[in-house]
Amino acid sequence: MADAAGLYRTVRLIRRFEQHAIELVRGGVIPGGIHPYIGQEAIAAGVCAALRSDDVITSTHRGHGHVLAKGSDPVRMLAELAGRETGLNSGRGGSMHAADVSVGIYGANAIVGAAAAIATGAAWWHRQTGSDRVAVTFFGDGAVNQGVLLEALNLAALWQAPVLFVCENNGFATSMRVRDSTAGSITGRAEAFGIPAETIDGQDPELVLAAAEVAVDRARTGGGPTLLECLTYRFDAHHTWEYLARPRYRTAEEVAEGSVRDPLRIQGDRVPEQVRDGIDAEIEQLLETARQFVADSPEPDPAGALDYLYADGLRARPGVS
Amino acid sequence: MPNMSFLRGLNRALTDEMERDPAVCVFGEDIGVAVSNVTIGLLKRFGPERVIDMPISEQAFTSAATGAAMAGARPVIEFQIPALLYLVFEQIANQAHKFSLMTGGQLKVPVTYLLPSSGSRPGWAGQHSDHPYSLFAHVGVKTVVPATPTDAYGLLLSAIRDDDPVILFAPSGAVAQREDVDYETLAPVPLGVARVHRPGTDVTVVAVGHLVHDAIAVADELAGEISVEVFDPRTLYPFDWPALAASLERTGRLVVIDDSNRSCGIGAEILATAAEEMRLVAPPRRISRPDGAVLPFARALDLAVQPSREQLRGAIEAVVKN
Repeated sequence: MADAAGLYRTVRLIRRFEQHAIELVRGGVIPGGIHPYIGQEAIAAGVCAALRSDDVITSTHRGHGHVLAKGSDPVRMLAELAGRETGLNSGRGGSMHAADVSVGIYGANAIVGAAAAIATGAAWWHRQTGSDRVAVTFFGDGAVNQGVLLEALNLAALWQAPVLFVCENNGFATSMRVRDSTAGSITGRAEAFGIPAETIDGQDPELVLAAAEVAVDRARTGGGPTLLECLTYRFDAHHTWEYLARPRYRTAEEVAEGSVRDPLRIQGDRVPEQVRDGIDAEIEQLLETARQFVADSPEPDPAGALDYLYADGLRARPGVS
Repeated sequence: MPNMSFLRGLNRALTDEMERDPAVCVFGEDIGVAVSNVTIGLLKRFGPERVIDMPISEQAFTSAATGAAMAGARPVIEFQIPALLYLVFEQIANQAHKFSLMTGGQLKVPVTYLLPSSGSRPGWAGQHSDHPYSLFAHVGVKTVVPATPTDAYGLLLSAIRDDDPVILFAPSGAVAQREDVDYETLAPVPLGVARVHRPGTDVTVVAVGHLVHDAIAVADELAGEISVEVFDPRTLYPFDWPALAASLERTGRLVVIDDSNRSCGIGAEILATAAEEMRLVAPPRRISRPDGAVLPFARALDLAVQPSREQLRGAIEAVVKN
């Protein structure tokens, strides 16, 4: 859904999903907390609107938006966050590892920058086998100083792999500002490898979509990788742990200023009120259904704690003899 | 009958499997010119699309193999030097190995990590001489250490066909082994199945990799005095515990010879499991590298920290006297 209403729906779905998830964290239903994507929704919405269902993405610790925008079922996603057997990963992955192969999601990854090489390898193999599927790897500004990500840029360029590197520059690696962590520039890293790179407004879903369409078309038609640096702002905590720990790395004034350009409002203004109201109501209903589904879903049986450890069904020895 | 070298066994397994399955491809450094002799002929036969020379970017190409495997490939990665595994421990232990469980079985990662020479080689010194199979067995990555050319062939074939990540360590000390083989009878060797090279009744010697040959030599020396059973696990993870239990039912005595550092080496696990669960009539013993060993350069020093036949002989005699 790449029209204005479709983009609005994706942004709205992510925003409301995250707000519900935060409530469930506070209520103890989601263990371990989450990394809220609030404020960054335009990037997932715009990039994924440029993709086909069989294209592949890798996501990050702040990954709910990518999973939802790529087309995964929000109901089973919420169940995954709550660690239920009915979740996307049968409760084995949780917030930081959500995956849905049926719509090309090769997993959110909890190690910063780690998935870029995985996406590059998948993209390479797609091309080797004659497919025109592309891969997208999302990562934050914190990842651009990880060696494996820089190595992946080199491989992708050498192989002209059909992969899109999407950097969500929200200004902070947890508490560290980009200017304190990153020498040179983010696009300059890609350009050093001969990869076309562009810095775009990451708050406007339509601008993100337009840039992503160019990059995806380039990849699909043999033109190789692209890096998009999407300038954005994280409106909420790095992690819900912040609600208790209250680390001081930015002021309330700065957050208020950074949150002025809200993708929900930017895209909402492009959609007739009546259409918007209909979408909003549908999403509320969907998320109520999701919460009820979570409440009705069983916790996994502890006897199956190491199910799926090996693809061939090998059973690990128990921890007692 | 042809005489097959250890590396030729690995090379033949790669060739046969690439011939059989178009999803098999090989990644590595200098594999086009076959610096380690394992990939000889592959580039010419299968082309640069399936035999991919890599830049020195181990972390990226290890995870690229993970991604390709998720998308349907069966990559084999050659690492010339065992210490490169420390660079990619994240990519193997924390990425490739964990996707099956973390995704509730949605993704599988059939990648084979091939070490064509692991352990001490004369003059290779501190950073090229480790033999880190115990680390991977500890993590739970399927870990294979063949001792003979036919086992090298058969275990590599099974490793490539396995749907999980598998790491295969060819011990430097075994790569000089040769074996008369009938190529027609070469076959896959299942993972997780041990091999008794020599039956015995007094003591079971579990020997890992090249140390199998030392154990056979010591058993020969002791023949007539002590009847030694030489037990080659072949796969360290999953370990063939039922076969070890059956051997100890016969002998009741256990010595392990293991080219790992002592603390948390596989030898420690074998002794612990035997002590907890199996028949032992005497306290078991193990021979290993010392705790925390770094192999020194000078040959005499290097040899001083590797398990030796003399140590093995002494341990066997001590266990049998007990």
